[in-house]
Amino acid sequence: MTNGTNVLRVVVVGNGMVGYKFCEKLIAKAKDITLDITVFGEEPRPAYDRVHLSEYFAGKTADDLTMAPLDWYFDNGIKLHLSDPITNIDREAKTVSSHHGLIVSYDYLVLATGSAAFVPPIPGVEKDGVFVYRTIEDLGMMQAHAKKARKGAVIGGGLLGLEAAKALLDLGLEETHVIEFAPRLMPRQIDQAGSDILKAKLESLGLQIHLNKNTQEIAGDGIITAMNFADGSKLEVDMLVISAGIKPRDEVARLSGLEVGSRGGIVVNDKLQTSDPHIFAIGECALHDHMIYGLVAPGYEMADIVATNLCNGAKEFKAYDMSTKLKLIGVDVASFGNAFISEPDCQTIVYENKSKGIYKRINISNDNQLLLGGILVGDAEQYNMLLQTVNNKLVLPKDPENLILGARGGEEDSGAGVMGLPDDALICSCEAVTKGQICHEVAENEVHSVDGLKKCTKAGTGCGGCVPMVKDLMLGTMKEQGIYVRNIICEHFDYTRQELFDLVKINEIKSYEGVLDKFGKGDGCEVCKPAVASILASLWNDMILAKGNDIAQDSNDRFLANIQKGGTYSVVPRIPGGEITPEKLIVIGTVAKKYNLYTKITGGQRIDLFGAHLNDLPVIWEELIAAGFESGHAYGKALRTVKSCVGSTWCRFGLHDSVTFAVEVENRYKGIRAPHKFKGGVSGCVRECAEAQAKDFGIIATEKGWNLYVCGNGGAKPQHAQLIAIDISKEDCVKYLDRFLMFYIKTAEPLTRTATWLNKMDGGIAYLKDVVVNDSLGIAEELETEMAGLINNYKCEWKEAIENESIRKRFSHFVNAPEVKDPSVAFTPLRDQKRALEWVK
Amino acid sequence: MLFGGREIMTVETATETWVMACSVTQIPENGGGCVLINDEQIAIFNFTRRGEWYATQNLCPHRQQMVLARGMIGSAGDEPKVACPFHKKTFSLESGQCLSGDAYEIKTYPVKIEDGMVFVSI
Repeated sequence: MTNGTNVLRVVVVGNGMVGYKFCEKLIAKAKDITLDITVFGEEPRPAYDRVHLSEYFAGKTADDLTMAPLDWYFDNGIKLHLSDPITNIDREAKTVSSHHGLIVSYDYLVLATGSAAFVPPIPGVEKDGVFVYRTIEDLGMMQAHAKKARKGAVIGGGLLGLEAAKALLDLGLEETHVIEFAPRLMPRQIDQAGSDILKAKLESLGLQIHLNKNTQEIAGDGIITAMNFADGSKLEVDMLVISAGIKPRDEVARLSGLEVGSRGGIVVNDKLQTSDPHIFAIGECALHDHMIYGLVAPGYEMADIVATNLCNGAKEFKAYDMSTKLKLIGVDVASFGNAFISEPDCQTIVYENKSKGIYKRINISNDNQLLLGGILVGDAEQYNMLLQTVNNKLVLPKDPENLILGARGGEEDSGAGVMGLPDDALICSCEAVTKGQICHEVAENEVHSVDGLKKCTKAGTGCGGCVPMVKDLMLGTMKEQGIYVRNIICEHFDYTRQELFDLVKINEIKSYEGVLDKFGKGDGCEVCKPAVASILASLWNDMILAKGNDIAQDSNDRFLANIQKGGTYSVVPRIPGGEITPEKLIVIGTVAKKYNLYTKITGGQRIDLFGAHLNDLPVIWEELIAAGFESGHAYGKALRTVKSCVGSTWCRFGLHDSVTFAVEVENRYKGIRAPHKFKGGVSGCVRECAEAQAKDFGIIATEKGWNLYVCGNGGAKPQHAQLIAIDISKEDCVKYLDRFLMFYIKTAEPLTRTATWLNKMDGGIAYLKDVVVNDSLGIAEELETEMAGLINNYKCEWKEAIENESIRKRFSHFVNAPEVKDPSVAFTPLRDQKRALEWVK
Repeated sequence: MLFGGREIMTVETATETWVMACSVTQIPENGGGCVLINDEQIAIFNFTRRGEWYATQNLCPHRQQMVLARGMIGSAGDEPKVACPFHKKTFSLESGQCLSGDAYEIKTYPVKIEDGMVFVSI
């Protein structure tokens, strides 16, 4: 502290990823130091993730890429000046002056000015349609130009060039060419054989790649039309992106007399001090030991070192490991350690599979003891482990080829895995977290979740590549401690759902608070509240909004409707089996019109009404109920629909009356709460028009009766239902269904669909069939009785809600102004109807 | 230029004004409700289990939705929190910090109870 007060004045020039990270680290480390941080950024927006810039074209917005919102700077007392680059440093007065004329004093100045795209001096680079790929503004201009372009090219086949090529693919150009001067792609990371595989793979994905090409001229009258090459060839293009390398932004440092390298870059020592000890340089503008680091991980490391040193710590920057793993246009590419060392200085093992597009090379010391480095293309799954093996000088197994091929022929495992690493092994290189730190948190502080570890160590919060290793370390450490990994509900209940279900049943507890008092600790949370509320509903089938349990219901159950974008709700009346009278259809139409709702037919043969204000829900339901409708429980973890085909009453192929059966089954199980939603289907013949085999239970008519299928699922992971009974009567079918559903309700974990429940079940479908059909556990009668209890206790909860004044009055947005609807709700028109306003992303 | 003309460093110490928000019975036990005060939406939580009242902004900063009052409340360790109904981002009811690992923060307001009425200081 040099200014006589207790305040450390730090000015940061540059608000890119590294400049931002420096602020974050400095704030975290400055425990007893009062900071006065001023940041100047040249760009108009706060720091954003440049590494994932190409995702901007794949649908991400500028906000998605933002490192931290403006509020973050404000809340941390950082004065952020955007669109205002620093133009001068007065090193004697220790002040900086900005483009807009601000003059700010510093105790320490940190230059994080980054780099600009290096543009080679090719005649014609100034023409319209020629871009660099660096900032969101560059992307915006490319996007605008691409609308009228058909053929694009990128100069540069390195990491950034291929990223830019990906961007052109995403922009939908008809042709995208990559022009590289060197004989191979990514010349700094991979060898010729790796480049050959990568080239073939990228060409199959639609890129056209030209190696050994020297661009001589960019032709066109004011606007680019073609590129002429030194070998006399020519390529017609109407858009070009130059991504041939980076140039450190050292102008202001140069102007103020700081030492810069002959080819650019601000010279720094191991403490990252420039030739003026009060000025530091970090990130891509810093030249350390003749090296510019164009990756984010070493930039973050530099940020950490300067932040540490300013807070009276002592840390030095050492030559940084440039190992990288990335996904380029969907292809994994990794390079680690000494990737290019070759025989006779080492032994090289190569695996190549041209048809699958995989290339792997590892370099091993001549004494077979150590891994020196390697290259992976097409499959980089082993990258983390290989990098650890290099960095920690782990002794290689007997057959080192197993490192890239996996153990084969029943041989033992190729190594002890992550648990075999030394404690100082760096697991997360973005945040510099070691194995020892992670295991310590697991063992000593009992952090037993990946999210918890992310929070306390920050591991996995950068690129996220190490998350699988973090998880393996967590599970490995827990296993070493003899912790049996049980799926307990959350920190408030040390029970599995099934254990808690039985306890609540035996003790006949009927409220969430009662369960928490007796079996839990703390105040509950958003995980255990809905889980316990579901157990209570599955056991007693009481009104779920009864006082005390209403606040334990999840978002949708809380207001008996599905919350949608903008905070409005959707309304789904039950239409059993998909059968509805014209009169009822008219009522739905009338209600939708009256309350200005968007209407859509659902996948389950009913009608969804969207855009209802919270305040309108009771009146909407009043009208629907008066016309004979009931709640459709679209909001609940409960029976949704039983879909049917029209069956033998009309269809010339139908064997039995599938609609009647569907209506009966839907009315039987309506309103019953389960660990997750469940759906059914009934088809009148084997043509299966009701798609019953994609449901949690499916019933299909046969010549002799009905076949019963269970545990099917559409959704993210489709799975066909499996047959458990053939040619059975309606009565038997219902009996088996009672048993099956009740068994599921009692034993599944929270939010587990029947398909997942079955997949995790020891013994699988054979076991389930034994329990349901053959009563192997002797619980069939109990299950049927319990199901009968639930069915007998059914009431339409919307009818109860609108008739109960104290429940009804909860349906208002403002408790102090019940008649006022949420003024922030807004819609936009869509095809003669409306839709929710898109939310902020 | 300062961003958006906002004076970034000077945080004014607001003169404490207590505004009557609603009656105690209007907020469900162990739950929340939203009140409208001078065009501002404020979520009030009746954390009966802890014997505490809390008030925060009603806007969830994640997707900018006016819904926090409809969220479930609970605790993470000792920290009282609310979970947004949309994506279950959780926020401390005391500090306003996002507890789900994001850089969001919500405003919190002092609350007091007098004669069965809830007052919020804005």
